[in-house]
Amino acid sequence: MKIIIVGGGKPLFFLCRNFTAKGYRVIIINRDKGECVLLSRQLSATVLCGDGSDPEILKQAGAMGADAVLAVTPNDQDNLVICQLAALKFGVPKAIALANDPDNAEIFEKLGVSAFSTTQIVGSLIEQRASMAQILNLLPVGEGRVNVTEIALEAGSPVAGKQLKDIDLPENALIAVVIRDNRPMVPRGGNDLQAGDRIVLITLPENHGPALKVLTGEEK
Amino acid sequence: MKNSKYIVVVGCGRLGSLLANRLSRDGNSVVVIDPVETTLDDLSPDFSGFRINGDATHMAVLKAAKLKNADVLIATTSEDNVNLMVAQVAQKVFRVPHVLARVFDPSREEIYAQLGIDTICPTSLAAGIFLEAVANGGTRQNGELP
Repeated sequence: MKIIIVGGGKPLFFLCRNFTAKGYRVIIINRDKGECVLLSRQLSATVLCGDGSDPEILKQAGAMGADAVLAVTPNDQDNLVICQLAALKFGVPKAIALANDPDNAEIFEKLGVSAFSTTQIVGSLIEQRASMAQILNLLPVGEGRVNVTEIALEAGSPVAGKQLKDIDLPENALIAVVIRDNRPMVPRGGNDLQAGDRIVLITLPENHGPALKVLTGEEK
Repeated sequence: MKNSKYIVVVGCGRLGSLLANRLSRDGNSVVVIDPVETTLDDLSPDFSGFRINGDATHMAVLKAAKLKNADVLIATTSEDNVNLMVAQVAQKVFRVPHVLARVFDPSREEIYAQLGIDTICPTSLAAGIFLEAVANGGTRQNGELP
């Protein structure tokens, strides 16, 4: 897997460290000479100093054979152009842009570029964690059209001790996995839920609140 | 005052302010957007359009400029990527019928021609005029500014 990442700062550093640890080939493009020197000392990645939205620099970075390009600069316009160049000029199969302005995530998708907004992701995580202590993880997938949530069942849960087939979940909600004593299993109707279980719940956003209510008894 | 149009000009530098002044004088409704308030002062005193102080890469600013009613958008900021982004948003999201972007880098121009964005590249234009002048023995044939 060969990934080109354009940008800088701490998020880029840790992202790259994560990727190189997995054995991916990472090429970083950064405008700042000083930061380039630091990055190349600290990471086992190739570091290229220049403007990532310059086709010549992308070519030097080997965009032609890259599996993915990730544009995470603080400027949305640069991220958009980098991804469009990568996809259209170099045929990179996956080009993903950071939308600093959350409104731009939707706009970029309309313009044919995959985008994510850290504001949206972190915001929904904080909201979920703040509103309900039992929620351990929330992962929006499919551009936020599907929620994957991990929930810890407490002793007071209305579904503790019930069999799955007797639990009245709303439509478009599924208990996909039950983790008990660190052992995950995909449950069937005859399996029961117990306090202390961790559940992986798949919902559509419109049924997320009602499904949570059934499992925890709390209003979202 | 024939065919008055609603025109949004993004960027109020030398080119942007020149265009805005001319288009406004010709009887068009003009809105100028620039993130630096003082550059909006470069507009001539008889400029009769609207000025918006803001960053055109933010949707809220483009909405404030009533972009969906615009007949023409001209992106003239000094940053290629800003111009290219604003031009695409204007064309694909706000459905502005006529969109023009200034792009300095000729190698970027070509990809946006593919996307259907009309671009004007001062670098290529100037190069063409210079080359023509050189071919003609150092003088331009029509000796006056366009």
